[in-house]
Amino acid sequence: MTVALLGKDLVCQQAVELVTAYLDDALSWRQRRRFESHLRDCPNCSAYLEQMRITIAAAGHIDPDALEPDVRDELIKLFRRQHRH
Amino acid sequence: MIGEDDLLDQLRAGDDTAFATLVDAYHPRLVRLARSIVTNRAVAEEVAQDTWLAVVRGLEGFEGRSSFRTWLFHICINRARTTLGKERQTLPVDPQGPAADAAWFNSEGSWTSSVEPWPDAVDDRLMAVMLVDRVKRVIEDLPAPQQQVVILRDVEGLSSSEVCNLLSITEANQRVLLHRGRTRIRTALNCQLGGG
Repeated sequence: MTVALLGKDLVCQQAVELVTAYLDDALSWRQRRRFESHLRDCPNCSAYLEQMRITIAAAGHIDPDALEPDVRDELIKLFRRQHRH
Repeated sequence: MIGEDDLLDQLRAGDDTAFATLVDAYHPRLVRLARSIVTNRAVAEEVAQDTWLAVVRGLEGFEGRSSFRTWLFHICINRARTTLGKERQTLPVDPQGPAADAAWFNSEGSWTSSVEPWPDAVDDRLMAVMLVDRVKRVIEDLPAPQQQVVILRDVEGLSSSEVCNLLSITEANQRVLLHRGRTRIRTALNCQLGGG
């Protein structure tokens, strides 16, 4: 495999745009290699990737708003009405 | 904890405790999802209530080929789109341009200032609560298409293919929307944590 076939090295501005595809495992093996090789040499992009991971984890901890008791009662009434038919 | 299959059986038998359990678990999440489509809180509440009506009426037809959650979300999304008069809406995606701010980089494409790792304190409970709250508010301000994808992928934790099916979008467009949304949220958190 020649260097030319691997393409040019990624710059940071390109690497940050690949983060979501990387985390989804949606890069070709070649893109993935370029991305990981950039990360090895770039503390900034490594920090950025880690921040994205924390961002995603935080989103997974969001609780929905509380259910209002009168809405809950209404829905249960609706269920009873429907089920009688 | 009772499995969802059992709950659905009880529901078919007319058990309103089973219905209440599902409403407790899902109604607020349906409102949140509907709101990312119709934007108005009161309309989103109506869409969520309509969804339950459709669930009760369609219960016999639910074959369990998808998860109950996916089925519920599917109904909710369709109701919300119908409300908007955009049944066949495809999410607008502007594929042009990067998600990251061009000002972060120099002419060679390298960072102009270093990206500081966030303090380990993000693992601290209070700090984590603050961050989660901030993420919640940023998501509410995202453009609707990004908001829908971020809610389904990162908040609800659905897979890429489930989200593509639910929203009728391609993998590539889904990824563009998700990436833009995440980039915005990360930027807001970075500001909060003292970064640029």
